[in-house]
Amino acid sequence: MKKKINFIIIFSLIIFIFITFIIGLNKNSTYTTANIKNVNIENFKSKELFSDEIINFINPNFKKKITILNIWASWCLPCRTEHEFLINLSENKEVILVGLNYKDKTENAKSFLNELGNPYEKVLIDDKGLISIELGAFGVPETYIINNQEKKIIKKYVGPIDEIKSKEIESLVKS
Amino acid sequence: MLSHLGFYSLVFSIFFSVCIIFLSSRSVYNKVSKNVNIIYSLIFLQLFFVVFSFSCLVTAFLISDFSNITVYNNSHTTKPIFYKFSGVWGNHEGSLLLWLLVLTFFLFLFFVNSKKQDLKYKLLTVIFQEIIILGFLLFIIITSNPFYYLNPIPKEGLGLNPILQDPALAIHPPILYLGYVGSSLIFSSSLAATVNKSVNSNWAKDVKIWVFASWIFLTLGIMLGSVWAYYELGWGGFWFWDPVENVSLMPWFCLTALLHTILVLEKRNSLKNWTIILSIATFSLSMSGTFLVRSGILNSIHTFANDPSRGLFILVFLFFLIVLAIIIFFLFTEDEKNTSKGFFLISKESAVLINNWFMMYFLSVVLIGTVYPIFLEVFTDEKISVGAPFFQKLMIPFLIPFFIFMSFGPRLKWIKDSLKKLNYYQITIFIITLSASYLIVKYSGVKYLFSVLLISTSLFLVYNSLRDILIKSIQFPQKISHFAFSILILSILINGIYSKEFNSNMKVGDEIVFMDKKIKFKSINFEEEVNYKLLKGNFEVSEKGKSAMVFNPEIRIYNQPVISTSEADIKTNLFNDNFIVFTLIQESEIFNVRYQHKPFMVWIWISIVLLAFGGAFAIFKNEKKN
Repeated sequence: MKKKINFIIIFSLIIFIFITFIIGLNKNSTYTTANIKNVNIENFKSKELFSDEIINFINPNFKKKITILNIWASWCLPCRTEHEFLINLSENKEVILVGLNYKDKTENAKSFLNELGNPYEKVLIDDKGLISIELGAFGVPETYIINNQEKKIIKKYVGPIDEIKSKEIESLVKS
Repeated sequence: MLSHLGFYSLVFSIFFSVCIIFLSSRSVYNKVSKNVNIIYSLIFLQLFFVVFSFSCLVTAFLISDFSNITVYNNSHTTKPIFYKFSGVWGNHEGSLLLWLLVLTFFLFLFFVNSKKQDLKYKLLTVIFQEIIILGFLLFIIITSNPFYYLNPIPKEGLGLNPILQDPALAIHPPILYLGYVGSSLIFSSSLAATVNKSVNSNWAKDVKIWVFASWIFLTLGIMLGSVWAYYELGWGGFWFWDPVENVSLMPWFCLTALLHTILVLEKRNSLKNWTIILSIATFSLSMSGTFLVRSGILNSIHTFANDPSRGLFILVFLFFLIVLAIIIFFLFTEDEKNTSKGFFLISKESAVLINNWFMMYFLSVVLIGTVYPIFLEVFTDEKISVGAPFFQKLMIPFLIPFFIFMSFGPRLKWIKDSLKKLNYYQITIFIITLSASYLIVKYSGVKYLFSVLLISTSLFLVYNSLRDILIKSIQFPQKISHFAFSILILSILINGIYSKEFNSNMKVGDEIVFMDKKIKFKSINFEEEVNYKLLKGNFEVSEKGKSAMVFNPEIRIYNQPVISTSEADIKTNLFNDNFIVFTLIQESEIFNVRYQHKPFMVWIWISIVLLAFGGAFAIFKNEKKN
């Protein structure tokens, strides 16, 4: 009797794990994009990585059409892979690319940008991760596309930017 | 041509697998032994065809036959011959073929070596092993065929990822696979013994050699991977709690537990069911490792290919094997009379059980830390990555009692022992190590609560394992491995606590002072090699009263594919490693320079080799006795 119960428990546990893995397998192939649309973006203040000045995120000088806010960290491996796409995006004239450096060491962050190139107009420091929480971020990397005129988030990407997403962003900028 | 030959040998092997399974099942069912010689020849033939198929792929790589898509994707004519060769398993398809090769080779070895064994048990092992082989054959042919043909034939290949062009990494996969695949044989033979109801000391004696062999290869394989991470990735560490690293560590914990339990089974004919569970778990964890790495369900630097259909296949196959194992386990095992409840508290049996509890605890921590993000994502869509702090926080406090137990455990006798081992002498030694480490920690200016206790308990362990060497009743291999383990732990701790690094931007001619050391960036040279160009930095590190050290780290720019890598220059001596790596900063004369001081680094490698050597010695001794 005891043996039967053990068997049933272990068997159902395995079925449970199996199903979870199958779901996970299908899920992982497409990164989910949380549908935060037309949400007003709140302003925040933080220290800039290179200049050490405290600046506002919503800056009157940002006169271009779109702001892209990218949450990143030097310790995050996917951030490395998305970096080249960010560099490409930063060349778009309609776009201001702002980095939010999440829970990182300043020196590591700097050497990361030195090594791979710096696509950001400004890099704000979020050393405690509080700003990211308030933005509703899940983790790193994460990217917000913001319409500067309306100060609204048009689209949010969870996970690294790849070729498809980067094309999508470019068409968003055009429209 | 080569591709066709290779592919059809694989198809032939499927045929052999089916024949072997059929013939063996019939022999088991009818209790006849006339087919044994046929089965023997079939196993040999299957091995031959798999070896042949593998050689086809190797030859295709060596002669740069770009009509083969695997070669085209992973090789290049200008690559040194050694890396052309290692390129065979530097990719998903080729590495699976290597898995298969080792699977069939091990089955052959088992069949040849176990002449004395009971026939039914032997044939059952063959059946289970052939099921695994068949699964892998189908997996290779259906989802990851290494012999796809490319037409028109390209003139040049795409090249092997340069970070994989490293001697340690070239032999890392084969060694690790020997460990993983060895565990498949333990799995098959433990299921066979369960069905045959022959889980006893004799079986333990027979399977012990496979447990030791897998353990040695797994240990060395993990080490080679971490050597590679240390020298090539240039992150300045040897373990990053990356999911793929964890995935190789989990079967290691399980196998280490099995290594100890199998001895209890051999000597005392006890812990039978637990041994079977550990055997099943070890292989399941090895297979899950393959699944997690290959399916792309985990994001990691090791993921070769993100093909969900592959993942699905391994997953289904893995769960088929696990369910099969569980059903067999519940159908055929009997309740044990001589269980752990019957053990005297202070005895070697209990010591082994305590060892097992710790191993299982460490295993669960790593398992949860690795798999939890997947579960979380499935249920809540949340993506997290679990990093070093999680593992450290959960593991480090338990290391202290673990070290203390390990200091006494090996000396206990079988069946019953007394507490007299814990005498004033030991307490004095403990107090000495405690005060010594207090002084060490105090004067080195590290503020870490656990440091004193950790260092003192590990020093205590080193002392006790050293003293154990003098005790005659303890087996020699055990002495070596336990001593090596204590040195390993101490080196890792000291390395972890006392590593120092500095990171700065420098240009040629700059000088920086760090930890009483002057670091000078003297010059930079350009050189050219066959398949890459390189920038060689020239650094001088000088310290008062010591002769200056010269470092020549390199930045390599490979031609195919175009990737730049940083080669650290590491000066190793017995007490510490000094490590300089530098990277290019785009469009400027400035370089990012990282200098690291890592104490006792070389002892980590030495002690792991010694640890594995202990295991190898045990096999050697075992063979001599038989």
